[in-house]
Amino acid sequence: MISEKANQQMDQMIARYPVKRSAMIPMLHLVQAEEGYLSEDGIRLIASKLDLTYMDVSNTASFYTMFYRRPMGKYRIQWCRSISCMLCGGDALREHLESRLGILKGQMTPDGRFSLAEVECLGACGRAPMMQINADYYEDLTPAGIDRILESLK
Amino acid sequence: MTTKVISARFDLPDSHRIETYVAEGGYNALRKALGGMTPEEVIEEVKRSALRGRGGAGFPTGMKWDFVPKDNPKPKYLVVNADESEPGTFKDRVILERDPHALIEGILLGSYAIGCHQSFIYIRGEYWYLIDILEQAIAEARQRGYLGRDILESGFDLDIVVHPGAGAYICGEETSLLESLEGKRGYPRIKPPFPAVVGLYGCPTAVNNVETLASVPPIILRGGDWYRSLGTGKSGGTRLFAVSGHVRKPGVYELPMGYPLKKLIEQDCGGIRNGKRLKAVIPGGSSAPILTAEEAERATLDFECLAELKSMLGSGAIIVMDEDTDIFKACWRMTEFYEHESCGWCVPCREGTRWMSKIFERIHCGEGRPRDIDLLAELSNNMFGRAHCPLGDASAWAVEPAIRKFRGEFEKYLRPPAKVAAS
Ligand SMILES: Cc1cc2nc3c(=O)[nH]c(=O)nc-3n(C[C@H](O)[C@H](O)[C@H](O)COP(=O)(O)O)c2cc1C
Ligand code: SF4
Ligand code: FES
Repeated sequence: MISEKANQQMDQMIARYPVKRSAMIPMLHLVQAEEGYLSEDGIRLIASKLDLTYMDVSNTASFYTMFYRRPMGKYRIQWCRSISCMLCGGDALREHLESRLGILKGQMTPDGRFSLAEVECLGACGRAPMMQINADYYEDLTPAGIDRILESLK
Repeated sequence: MTTKVISARFDLPDSHRIETYVAEGGYNALRKALGGMTPEEVIEEVKRSALRGRGGAGFPTGMKWDFVPKDNPKPKYLVVNADESEPGTFKDRVILERDPHALIEGILLGSYAIGCHQSFIYIRGEYWYLIDILEQAIAEARQRGYLGRDILESGFDLDIVVHPGAGAYICGEETSLLESLEGKRGYPRIKPPFPAVVGLYGCPTAVNNVETLASVPPIILRGGDWYRSLGTGKSGGTRLFAVSGHVRKPGVYELPMGYPLKKLIEQDCGGIRNGKRLKAVIPGGSSAPILTAEEAERATLDFECLAELKSMLGSGAIIVMDEDTDIFKACWRMTEFYEHESCGWCVPCREGTRWMSKIFERIHCGEGRPRDIDLLAELSNNMFGRAHCPLGDASAWAVEPAIRKFRGEFEKYLRPPAKVAAS
């Protein structure tokens, strides 16, 4: 369910742009924050507010990797696989993380707590290797550091 | 001592707050411009500074602003490119985090110059925590009369909206960015027409990088000639270099244009980690052709020298690789990046990156054919100049020069599998 507050926030978002459709990505982020993923209801609501079809919104959303159509883990881990993180030992460290979580990239733990995705450069290359969990950046990672982070998220 | 222009306030306490910025002379450039300069004079000063875009293409900023037609009755827009997604690049993030008011003042000056009253900051969605900092800075500026209506009683109006992206490297390309900002899939547009004439909502639009705009206030305050003299004649001023990879002290360094790359690596960054030797450097983000250690020795950090070396200064990201680096694997990873980020619009890029990835994979698992290395080079040469947008070229640049300069690193994977396993 999209809350009344979010519903109002959407209207405020629309009002910020000369052309309504521009508010789509911010609105999609809001739906995802509310529902945990892009729900059918959320997409339908955006479509009706923007005078677009369901397909218009769904099709646009599918272009962007930050949006997903099914629930993800409570802690969404985005592992950077790009060049600088790779040079600094990222691949081996990702394997460490995978073995700690008991899942591989692209998977979610059975309890729904963690999901792991490989992503491209997140702009933290000077403190590689790094990952993002939900909105937070974790940088200068080491095996022990990863263990501590996972422990703190139990 | 090198002059700090952009990073001067980075280490001050509460550097992101307006009190700090104003105490350091912030918004004086805006006062100067609104108080006694015409928009044309602002553009002239920026032209004189030889400021070139810090986003990647290095286009002269003053000239870009001049291209925005003055007599066009449509609204004009200034759009800030804060998408920062080029692998190796992490310098705009520091400005956004520690000195957002420098960006806001730069936006104000650019908007005044082109006659814009509504600006948008397109920031990559992953930089979520920076959006709050930006919103706070915008609110502070509005409260003090630097944004909104009748700014500093000059009659000039401007508002800024922060707009998040949602994870797509291609949306850093300016026309894809505009599509995305219009709420569409981020496919690049055909140029011309250029955004300066037909941009956001079909209106004249200047798209500028964060660092480019943050460099403008000091230019207006201290003059274009002063700024230009900090760098080389054709590449004015200083810029932020984001250094990553195998150096002792990676990070963001502000240096004058024309600074020797060797000095940056050996002195500023403390040299290569673990006493290793240098093997290669990618000097402008992953889209820039790789340099050998020998080329890196004589490179200076300006647009001209890197163009001579057939590479580029790009986004100012310097990726350093030590002697143990597997160039083949590094190259493969970059190809995977382009494969993943290709928007899929045109065949050479969509299919070319996929084929190259597959060939890398087959070589890596010991099933490479003798002609595969040449095939990779051919594929990338075939993509070059045939794709719809520069991403296709970038993916070619990531491979062909590496093969030319480090062929042995590729050939070693073509030896019998037993040897590969042992290496
Ligand atoms: C594939 C691709 C990705 C790009 N990504 C970025 C980016 O993340 N940030 C940026 O400022 N410019 C990026 N650019 C360059 C922009 O298209 C454009 O040149 C720049 O925003 C202009 O601003 P400037 O003149 O101030 O550099 C990219 C270009 C291409 C082709
Ligand atoms: S070159 Fe690649 S990214 Fe650019 S339009 Fe073609 S498919 Fe899209
Ligand atoms: S390469 Fe990993 S954050 Fe940039």
